[in-house]
Amino acid sequence: MEPSMFAAAIAKPDLITFVAAALIVLAGAFGVITSRNPVHSALSLVLTMFGIAILFIEQDAQFLAAVQVIVYAGAIVVLFLFVIMLLGVDRREVFGREFLRGQRPLAAVAGVVGLAEVLLLARTTWATGAHAANAPVGNSYNNVQKIAAEVFSAYLLPFEATAVLLVIAVLAAVYLARRVVTANAEEENSEAVQGKAVDR
Amino acid sequence: MSVPGSWYLILAAVLFSLGIIGVLVRRNVIVMFMCIEMMLNAVNLTFVTFSRMLGDVAGQVMVFFVLVVAAAEVVVGLGIIVSIFRRRLGATADDLHILKG
Repeated sequence: MEPSMFAAAIAKPDLITFVAAALIVLAGAFGVITSRNPVHSALSLVLTMFGIAILFIEQDAQFLAAVQVIVYAGAIVVLFLFVIMLLGVDRREVFGREFLRGQRPLAAVAGVVGLAEVLLLARTTWATGAHAANAPVGNSYNNVQKIAAEVFSAYLLPFEATAVLLVIAVLAAVYLARRVVTANAEEENSEAVQGKAVDR
Repeated sequence: MSVPGSWYLILAAVLFSLGIIGVLVRRNVIVMFMCIEMMLNAVNLTFVTFSRMLGDVAGQVMVFFVLVVAAAEVVVGLGIIVSIFRRRLGATADDLHILKG
């Protein structure tokens, strides 16, 4: 069942595309973790998203690749950048300063152990179970049709639930972002440190 | 022949672990949030890979739903971060050790 692991059996364009996209993804991931400036982290995140989109196309998921670029690289990262700009670039995170002693090395060790665990488990048994819908993956020409047929038949109820979820998210965002001017807030303002912008 | 699916799965596992390390190591809440997005992307890659390996488009439909949930999560999460910052605290996880309103 498992295809050959030898690179010689793999078509060269596929191999080159995979290696290049994997390098892009990993470079972006390292950039997100190691950048001191959050703006650089956000731009590295764009790199990772684009690499994932390339891997989606390589695996005949053209619709998801387009959505990945539009939603993730477009909307979500722009939202991140907006918030970073709104709050001001926070450079106070100093790598040397630790509240919990030895937390960062331990965290890195925990991540590596987690990776080893996942790889170890993946080598044993693959419990994939029965197929959910038995719908074959489409090719480059009918990928959108295949996904649409599934979404609007077998997954209609979850699809409508996502619509409700999006409405709730919009309401929550508006509620969280609004500025309430109550008597309480006025008092807090007067007690707040002088010199900061009075905006609430 | 195309690249075997196990390579994609290994790459996804590595990306997921990098996300875990990022969440644990970084203290900036926004960057921790980005690492969570990275982990979601790793899972999406796994879904698409299994979709191809098993010849079932349901995996791609799942990725579609994950994208929607991720978008909603980012909107609410960033809203919470902004409203925390309005309380004159920093955007660092260590600044949030007091859970008083």
